Amino acid sequence: MSADLQISLVAVAAGVACALVGVFLVLRRMAMMADAISHSILPGIVAGYVLAHGPNLLLGFLGATASGLLTVVLVEALSKGKLRQDAAIGLVFPILFALGVLVVSKYFANVHIDTDAVLYGEIAFAPFDTVNVAGRDIGPKSFWVLAVLAIVNTGFIAVLYKELKLATFDPGLAASLGFRPALLHYLLMALVAVTTVGAFSAVGAILSVALIIVPPVVASLLTERLPRMIALSVAVGALGAVLGHRVAAWSNVSISGMIATVLGILFGGALLFAPGRGLIAQWSRRRAQKVRFATEMLLVHLATHQETAARDIECSLPHLESELGWDREVAARIVGRAERLGLLEREESLLSLTEAGLRQAYLAAER
Amino acid sequence: MIPAISVRDLTVAYDEKPVLWDVDLDIPEGTLSAIVGPNGAGKSTLIKAILGLVPIAAGSIRVFGEPYRTAHERVGYVPQRGSVDWDFPTDALDVVTMGLYGRLGWFGRPGRQERRIALECLDKVGMRDYARRQIGQLSGGQQQRVFLARALAQDAALTFMDEPFAGVDATTEQTIIDTLKALRDAGKTVVVVHHDLDTVPRYFDFVALLNVRLIAAGPTEAVFVPDNLQRAYGGKIAFLHR
Repeated sequence: MSADLQISLVAVAAGVACALVGVFLVLRRMAMMADAISHSILPGIVAGYVLAHGPNLLLGFLGATASGLLTVVLVEALSKGKLRQDAAIGLVFPILFALGVLVVSKYFANVHIDTDAVLYGEIAFAPFDTVNVAGRDIGPKSFWVLAVLAIVNTGFIAVLYKELKLATFDPGLAASLGFRPALLHYLLMALVAVTTVGAFSAVGAILSVALIIVPPVVASLLTERLPRMIALSVAVGALGAVLGHRVAAWSNVSISGMIATVLGILFGGALLFAPGRGLIAQWSRRRAQKVRFATEMLLVHLATHQETAARDIECSLPHLESELGWDREVAARIVGRAERLGLLEREESLLSLTEAGLRQAYLAAER
Repeated sequence: MIPAISVRDLTVAYDEKPVLWDVDLDIPEGTLSAIVGPNGAGKSTLIKAILGLVPIAAGSIRVFGEPYRTAHERVGYVPQRGSVDWDFPTDALDVVTMGLYGRLGWFGRPGRQERRIALECLDKVGMRDYARRQIGQLSGGQQQRVFLARALAQDAALTFMDEPFAGVDATTEQTIIDTLKALRDAGKTVVVVHHDLDTVPRYFDFVALLNVRLIAAGPTEAVFVPDNLQRAYGGKIAFLHR
């Protein structure tokens, strides 16, 4: 297996694992909790390192999970009082992160967990740290860790889909029905912590947040159904990983940086072009609405004055400029549209409603 | 007969500040009951305490003579409309189906049967045509009707509704009250946190007047009298047209 392919596999596994838990974080409006957890797991990882006298996968995960959950508990305890949740998050994670940084700089200045690796990850080195089974190299260790995490997350969501959905949408009903929303909440947060540790070793603390948050946000712009949102989120995470790695390899820049950048571009694309919720769709919808309303206004105006003595003045094209406050261009466009739709007829500059136009004017006036 | 709800000496406090003080209340089975009182009287807190959603400082609560934990399968709950995120990626049918989750239990999956029940319930509140509509695209009244349909799907012996008439149109209000009366006539108990004093005598047959303490509770004609209202609302009540 080529090094490039191995890196790609690691990135995709990270993207998939993160996108899965990200969906529920985003729906719970707790995106910033991912940021907090991604930083505050550092002291946990360090504690695992100290306890095992060296890098140890299991202890690292346990320590990270513990400090991740500690973050959640502290943030919740602090935000129960006068402090708001955003402030509580801002207070808790820098302190925990700093604690980790202090220990690393004091005791492990030159070992595996250095601060650069923590912040930016070391996915480019993934192919050098491989797993051997019965003497055969079966690929990068971080791939297998992330693949297992992706499977665990998939299993968690598949088995508890209904419970998670209810506890996220309506925790009150969930609690009154005997589903334990608090338990589900902490299970989810534990998975976020564990997933972040996995992604962390590949893409670093800061960029793991992008993998958790961006894919579900992109997905939420593209669909209004939860199952589809989950599937799309996974697809976007994987796509961002593959594209990011390809572009980084081609332009010789940081892989994790490029993955996050590509995710940002995907988000920008979805924000602009998403059918329905995208900015362009919204803009053209509003524009169509404006034109429709202007046409109705014209029809009602003509209907009001059609049979009156002042008809020659009120219903003439130049007069619309002063009467409806339209400039010549707008008036010409709206009149042209109404004419094309067979709602009015024009003789010289005098406008008169057709049968259909009159009917529509009445319908509009009645609304 | 065992009352549907029996509350004894209930005190609930947030930060040592009592929101409910020593409340004793029995709500008989088969009534359409209102919990009425001014803002901050603890109306929502009372039903949340009964449902075990807020911790209680003192007192005891029985639902059909049992602790809530063992009775919860017979209890339905419709929270305030504003308490959930209507941008959530789901449709009306799915929200109504959630009313059946209690019956399915942990890990149970809704199937064709649940779908049929949910559609029937949407039909009963005039919302069948909106089954596949994303819930954020519904009007406030339609959203409340979806919640009502979900309560119907729960098919509970006792249903709590928190301010179901808040910010809904006249048609929806009528649909809701007709549905609740039909539930009562079928022998169910319905408890509603209610704001609009004008409609109390027409809508409800049992009233609990609350203002941190319980002011009075009983059949509407006996309890919903100016004297009690004066005590519940203090000087804040200017007139009452009936």
